[in-house]
Order: sequence, then structure tokens, then C-alpha cells
Amino acid sequence: MAYSEKVLEHYNNPKNVGSLDKNSKAVGTALVGSPEHGHSDIMRLQIEVNPVTQVITDARFKTFGCGSAIAASSLVTEWLKGKTIHEALRIDNMDIVEELNLPPVKLHCSVLAEEAIKAAVNNYRYKNGLEALVLEEEEEEYEEEEEESESAFH
Amino acid sequence: MLKLPIYLDNNATTPCDPRVVEAMLPYFTETFGNAASRNHPFGWAAEEAVDFAREQVARLIGADPKEIIFTSGATESDNLALKGVFEMYAAKGNHIITTATEHKAVLDTCRHLEKQGARVTYLGVNSEGLIDLKELEAAITPATIMVAVIYANNEIGVINPMRDISAITRRHGVLLMTDATQAVGKIPVDVNKDGIDLMAFSAHKMYGPKGVGALYVRRKSPRVKVTAQLDGGGHERGMRSGTLNVPGIVGFGKACEICQQEMEEDGKHLQILRDKLEKALLQLEESYLNGAPNQRLPHVSNISFKYVEGEGLLMGFNKSIAISSGSACTSASLEPSYVLKALGLGDDLAHSSLRFGLGRFTTEEQIDYTIQAVTDAVNRLRAISPLWEMFKDGIDLDTIQWAH
Repeated sequence: MAYSEKVLEHYNNPKNVGSLDKNSKAVGTALVGSPEHGHSDIMRLQIEVNPVTQVITDARFKTFGCGSAIAASSLVTEWLKGKTIHEALRIDNMDIVEELNLPPVKLHCSVLAEEAIKAAVNNYRYKNGLEALVLEEEEEEYEEEEEESESAFH
Repeated sequence: MLKLPIYLDNNATTPCDPRVVEAMLPYFTETFGNAASRNHPFGWAAEEAVDFAREQVARLIGADPKEIIFTSGATESDNLALKGVFEMYAAKGNHIITTATEHKAVLDTCRHLEKQGARVTYLGVNSEGLIDLKELEAAITPATIMVAVIYANNEIGVINPMRDISAITRRHGVLLMTDATQAVGKIPVDVNKDGIDLMAFSAHKMYGPKGVGALYVRRKSPRVKVTAQLDGGGHERGMRSGTLNVPGIVGFGKACEICQQEMEEDGKHLQILRDKLEKALLQLEESYLNGAPNQRLPHVSNISFKYVEGEGLLMGFNKSIAISSGSACTSASLEPSYVLKALGLGDDLAHSSLRFGLGRFTTEEQIDYTIQAVTDAVNRLRAISPLWEMFKDGIDLDTIQWAH
């Protein structure tokens, strides 16, 4: 299977690799893709949020997975910066699929990246005493995946 | 000057040896007859070429030429052996014993036979990929007609002790069938010394052409019969109808002859290169060899690089080096290699594995390049792996509360 140019670009030059201080109240951390549940990819996504504006000021990732999973993680870190956490929650896995030209067998990589965003946002909210946010409208296709979307770092 | 890409996937297929191609060429244009045309020179010449090739193939495995049935490849041979014996020996019983690490051509055929009323025992393997011979013997019942054990595994290169296995099958009067696709031409295989009754193998894994293979079917002590799976003109002593692929068979014969002459030298050369590659890559922290170290094909190495995912790793150099991974990031099930899982590897190690398959044309320069490229890719991907970071921080991954 050939990879798209965009996947190759992110794979060869991943953006925003690294860590943020997971103990900081401004940082939301997600670790998604449990190896015990048949995932072949594991993503750690972290966002730093301005508590006043709710704007994501920084995003970092580390990912264990195939090139598409690495590319999806790298891509979302770029997308997240400058968005409010509400805007971040509107990123749909199909946006990632389109941007990276992922083939059907790689849909799961985009699903995992979307889960990571939601989990990171909600980890941030949880740390700051806020309830989890779930957007209602986009729950039809990947319901079975949704249950894995919580952070391991509660 | 090193030419890229480098081919290190010789367990998937091998390039045709130029000497093989040369032998085949006249049989496309000049000597193009049908080997079954008995009444003109075109047919005679084709038949003569097939007979000659049959002798070359038989000699490599210590068989009689009459015991060689030409097929389209090892998958067809596996199907013919398993289905053919199951049907032919229905009066004796319906039980087949095989192993968890067989090739899919054997496993899926066994699954098919289960639907036809066969009872199949799938023997597990130990952490080195070897079956327990006591367990094999204990599994034999009066209804057992055949034991099917792969000669050398295609993913990890582990060689099964065929002589010990045949001692058991002989003692119980059960047929021994083996898929020897990875072994024939690479290591000495002798159907009589090894006690094999049926054996599937293929030309394209031994520097011959694709689309041709053989099934060895023993004719003496015991005389083995299989029910044909293709009906038609009654070629190949009625066991496999269909016009013979004369150029392919000629190439197969030539490939066998070359292997017989050069196997020993090739094997030594390959083992030196393989060991060099393996030694260098196993120096990487948290890298593990899969399969029994001292009971392996000389040209195969299967290594897990913990905390990086195999397919992601391949992407780091798949434009310059062709190898394959036990990861199944692309498969619908997301399940990694069933062979590595059968060895007891966790998903993490199975997903992290690469299979290096060296071949006759592999050079030391290629191995040096590969060592460097793989090492660099492993280090680079570990730097972006959350699991590697946790490992380095001393976090036991087994204690992580994964979200679910």
C-alpha cells in the first residue's frame, strides 16, 4: 500500500513531538488505544489551555503506531493550536481522513486521533472541576470505539 | 555502488536465477508443445523436458521421479495433499493433526475439511515455536489418518524435527505430510531419511519461476494415494489434470539443480550475513529474537523491537529496503501475526516484529546498509513513542490503567 504525500511528510517531519507537564492544571493529557483491546496504535496527546480564553496554546504528541497514526497525531497537534476547546471537539475523524487521504484500512488511526482530542479536552476539564463535554451530533458510526476515549492519566 | 531498493523479503518470493530464465526461454517459443501430445515431435520434446525436470526435482529431495506431481504451487499442493488424503482415506478415519503455526494454505484447508466432517487437532507450540512431540503422539487416535507439520516456518524460520516426528507417525501407521516450501533448496531435505509421505513445495521460493510447484507423493512403503482435486485429462498419473506448464517446470527443474549444487555454499554465506545482521540489531536495547535460535533456516531472522510498531518502522525505510512485518496495522482485524501469537508473544512484541529474509543475491554491503537504516529508524520512532518514554521512566506498562 502506498502512503499519501501528506502522510509521508508528517511521518518524516512530525510536528510537535514531545511532552507537556502532565501535572499542570492547564494541561490536558490523553492516552488512547489500549494494547489490550486490540489496538495496534497508542497515542498520547497533550494540550495546554489558556484558562481564561479556553484557547489551546500548545499541543504535543507521542505515538506508537503505523505511519498513518503518527501522521494523524502530528496533524491534529497542528490543528489544535489556536482553537478553543469547543472548536477542538468539533474535529471529526473524517476531516483527518480527508486531509491525509487515508485509505479505509487506516480509518482506525483517524478515529483514535479524534478520541485523543476528546480525551485530552475532557482531562483538562476534569482537572479544573468541569464536567466532560460530549458533542451529541456525531455519535452514529463509531459508537463502539467511543468507550475507550478516556485518559489513562486521571 | 549500492543499488536501492534492497530486497530482504526472500521468504515471500525470490528472484529468478538468470540461469533458470535462460533454461526456460526456448520452451516459450521453439519447444512450445503440449507435453501430452503423444504423436508429434513438438509433444515429444515437451514431454522429454518435463521428464528431465522431474528428475532434477526428485533428485533434490531424494525421491523417485514418479513420486513428483507438478502443480501450480505450494498452495495447490497443500490443498491436494490434505483434501486428497482426507477423501482417499475416509474409510480409515477422519482425524488430522496439525500445528498452530502452519501456513494459511494448510490451516484454511483444514478449516474447510472440518466443515466436511474432519476432526482436526491444532497443536500449540512453545515459546521457541516448536511442538511438543509427546503431545503429538498423545493426540494420535485410531481415527487419525495424517499429521501435517510445516518443515520450516515462513515467519520465524524455525525447522521442525521431521525425523523425530516421522518416527512417531511411522510407529502409529499415520501419514506424515509437510509443507516444505521454505526448506526445500535451502537446507538438505530427503523424503526417505526424513520419513515424509507427502510434501508440498514451490519453485518461486528457490529462485525459480512463480506459478509452478510440486507435491511429493510416496509410492513405496507405504504407497500413498490422493483423490484428484482437478478433473480433466488425467495428467500427472491422474492426480492433477491440466496441461503442464512446460517452461515453468523446466525452470523449476533448473532451480532445483542449482540449489542442489550450491545449497551448502549459499547456506554458509547466508548464515554469516544473517548472523552479522542479527548480532548488530540485537544490540539495540529491548530487541528480541523470535524462534528457536539454533534450529532455524540460515537466511531468516525475525526480531521484535519493543515499543515501536512494525509497520511504522517499515515506513522509515520501505523505499530503500524491502522486508515484512508481523504487525497487521492494515488488516481488518488489527490482529498481529498468528504465528508470533502462537509463540506466546504479547500483542506489543508481535506488532513490533520485522522479518528479514536474506537470499542468494544478498551482499554484505546491503546488510551493512540495512543495519544502519533499521537502527536509525528504531531510534527515531522510539523518540516519538509514548511507550518507550514510559519504559525509560521506569513505568511498568502492565500496571497502566488503560482506558476502557
